[in-house]
Amino acid sequence: MMERALPTRRSVLAGTGALVVSFSSVARALAQADTSQDDKPALPGSLKEYPLLDSWIRIDADGRVTIFTGKVELGQGIKTALLQVAAEQLDAPFASLTLITADTARTANEGFTAGSHSMQDSGTAIMHAAAQARAILLLEAARRLDVAEATLKTRDGAVIAADGRKLGYGELVADNLLHVEAQSRSPLKEPASFAIMGRSMPRVDIPAKVTGGAAYVQDLRLPGMVHARVVRPPSYGASLADVDTAAAEKLPGVLKVVRDGNFLAVIAEGEFQAIKAMRRLAAAAQWTEKPSLPKAADLASVITALASQDIPILDRRQDGVVAAKKLQATYTRPYQAHGSIGPSCAVAHWEDGNVTVWSHTQGVYPDRQAIAQMLRLSPDKVRCIHVEGSGCYGHNGADDAAADAALIARALPGRPVRVQWMREQEHAWEPYGPAMVTKVSAALDAAGDIVDWDYGVWSNTHSTRPGGAGALLAGQHMAEPFAPPTPKPMPQPEGGGDRNAIPLYRLPGARVVNHFLPAMPIRVSALRSLGAYMNVFSIESFIDELAQAAGKDPVEFRLKHLDDVRGRDAIMLAHDRFGWASFQKRPGSGRGFAFARYKNLAAYCAIAAEIEVERETGRARLIRAVAAVDSGQAVNPDGVTNQVEGAILQSASWTLYESVGFDDTRITSIDWSTYPILRFNAVPESIAVHIIDRPGQPFLGTGETGQGPAAAAIANAVADATGKRIRDLPLTRQRIKAAIGV
Amino acid sequence: MKIKVNGREHEVESDPDTPLLYVLRNDLALNGAKFGCGLGQCGACTVMVDNEAVFSCLTPLLVVQDREITTVEGLGSIDNPGPLQRAFIEEQAAQCGYCIAGMMMRAESLLQKNPHPSDGEIRAALEPNLCRCGTHMRILRAVRRAAELMRIAALGTAPRAP
Repeated sequence: MMERALPTRRSVLAGTGALVVSFSSVARALAQADTSQDDKPALPGSLKEYPLLDSWIRIDADGRVTIFTGKVELGQGIKTALLQVAAEQLDAPFASLTLITADTARTANEGFTAGSHSMQDSGTAIMHAAAQARAILLLEAARRLDVAEATLKTRDGAVIAADGRKLGYGELVADNLLHVEAQSRSPLKEPASFAIMGRSMPRVDIPAKVTGGAAYVQDLRLPGMVHARVVRPPSYGASLADVDTAAAEKLPGVLKVVRDGNFLAVIAEGEFQAIKAMRRLAAAAQWTEKPSLPKAADLASVITALASQDIPILDRRQDGVVAAKKLQATYTRPYQAHGSIGPSCAVAHWEDGNVTVWSHTQGVYPDRQAIAQMLRLSPDKVRCIHVEGSGCYGHNGADDAAADAALIARALPGRPVRVQWMREQEHAWEPYGPAMVTKVSAALDAAGDIVDWDYGVWSNTHSTRPGGAGALLAGQHMAEPFAPPTPKPMPQPEGGGDRNAIPLYRLPGARVVNHFLPAMPIRVSALRSLGAYMNVFSIESFIDELAQAAGKDPVEFRLKHLDDVRGRDAIMLAHDRFGWASFQKRPGSGRGFAFARYKNLAAYCAIAAEIEVERETGRARLIRAVAAVDSGQAVNPDGVTNQVEGAILQSASWTLYESVGFDDTRITSIDWSTYPILRFNAVPESIAVHIIDRPGQPFLGTGETGQGPAAAAIANAVADATGKRIRDLPLTRQRIKAAIGV
Repeated sequence: MKIKVNGREHEVESDPDTPLLYVLRNDLALNGAKFGCGLGQCGACTVMVDNEAVFSCLTPLLVVQDREITTVEGLGSIDNPGPLQRAFIEEQAAQCGYCIAGMMMRAESLLQKNPHPSDGEIRAALEPNLCRCGTHMRILRAVRRAAELMRIAALGTAPRAP
């Protein structure tokens, strides 16, 4: 039986768009009410924090179903997958469902949409909430129709009795029916009966995106909206010595120049008027800069020389190891950019001491907290609404642009202000994926088995996301600035710089140390898969080096050291579908293999790649890639495929081309010519993604699992093609030419 | 100034040096063309001017008077998508989708000139446009499918043989 709880909260949760309520206060109230129920088993997914069913699902009297999630669409297709889960478990028509994504006035606080957690957190919550809602509707129908519940069925948003009588969900939901706390167990459907989950569904967001519909925050046009542009400092730590704003202020359409310490911006009626004024203002601004950046040419030495906190995350040393062979290697990765195609953008509207911010942030609640602190407002005066932006692949300029808009809007109350960054601002100011160094040594016994493993990873933090105003550029540049938060290592098992630093392989003796570097010479934060990209690149490159030393086939060598059954399945599938055993090596071509389980607890991914290296130019081109992925129960298989295809191509771009440049003072990668990425001339002939579906198993997430394996598969293929091992990312033409001695 | 966009004439008040992109987005409230770089390096702003794909971020209003401008909105609507739009939906050829309208206009220009492009010709035509999500394989498939859909449509409207 379902337990009814906290019915008086109904008014708060009625949830019209106009009613601005703090969801976090509801969560807190529930947390307090829950203290007596500590012995209950934990609720699934985000139901733990938001146990009320109508935090996730509401059904109107007319039968319209609205699903709520605290996660956001980033182009990964989460909206469609969440709707599939809800429609399946609720037995409501997919097309009749509406989804509301993260909004501090309307949805649960599910933190950040990051770490491939959305299906685990929100997907699991919605799945269980929908199943429990369906059970409640059945119970209510049985009561009203005075029949046994077992004689009833649900279909297309209605309960149907054996005699044909039918009650729509809308008719049944009166009287706070779904305003109840979730139970720890749900009457989930049998996977074999699924009609919507597990089937490829067209993404709900694509039709608007290909027909010019309003799909992005960039497309918001609010009544009376004006345009602003920020003049960013030319370098980190630069201070604004002087600026004569008069010339910019006289330009047509200019409404106001906003200056607050080192924060400088201009507002104009028209967008191009704002850009012209920004340029005039930038020319008039005199900055004092200081050379503070590390030596780009010797980044690895710089990184390993920084003071570190050394955190052993695995220490299982064995005495008396008899090594037949010992190998060691050092791998490096430069700073790499998110490089969103659309520069960050936000709209803010300041009215009566409240500010509403529309942002493509990955976390509306943390962003609200940071903006409120920056503006010295209480958080309930700030509403943060997610609207899609260009793909972000982690923490890009989104939160900073939201802060810019809020700060500028305060100077022009009553009029919505739209801010979009310029290309050079996005490139120069986004927080990059950190530069990293890994050092590994291992011993093989006479049989060619790994008997000892020693691994260290040197890295900055992989998250400087908001929470505090000091995480925001505007907060740092104001006259009364906020200090950036003290970086902390993200704990295992998910880890940050040490994400995937522990191999999944069977290693009798092993030691892994996370050398966490608090000092950040370059602005960094979360880039898709965090440290997993570099750690998997390093481990899987080194596994190939060990296989070669042992005289073993790389795939066979991996299988020999891996007990995990699902991991072995993924490896075998990629091996077979690639045609690993029958591969015919042509001059200049090579094959490479890599495998990882993301975070050692999420999706499994094995990738085999074929590469061609042009000897004269050193150009390495990905010819084809075959991936096998197991992300648990697959909800939208084509969505999984799309994500993994994208992961392979994006990782190929990082791995072959990308490195943020800088001199002693300024970032020099400020556009696509100074930060080249993959173009169509380098796109492979084919990418095949094979999904290992696990019906009924937990969702493991998909978005980031491919980044590391793709990099290592490519690097291993380059080594196979050239006979030379390159351990420094990216695998540029110059490095390949130098390695092969052209 | 007068400009003709998607077959309709519009009177706009922007300065003649304003890039076409801002006129389309702000004066005409068209979402298709996107700001990506303002430098002609990424193609997110691509539209067609007299059947040529151009970077609208670099094209001043002054030079497009009396010319036919086409944006992705001119290829069909959400209720009645044109063949290129249908092809992109059928192939699910988007992740974030921010680059896609520009890709489509580049492809439309190619297909108008060359209804039977080879795979190499499609890749070469799309070279100026960047996609960061890694949707390239699907974009290529969508353009090939669009070419097919357009050929089928042309067959349907061609005069019947006697």
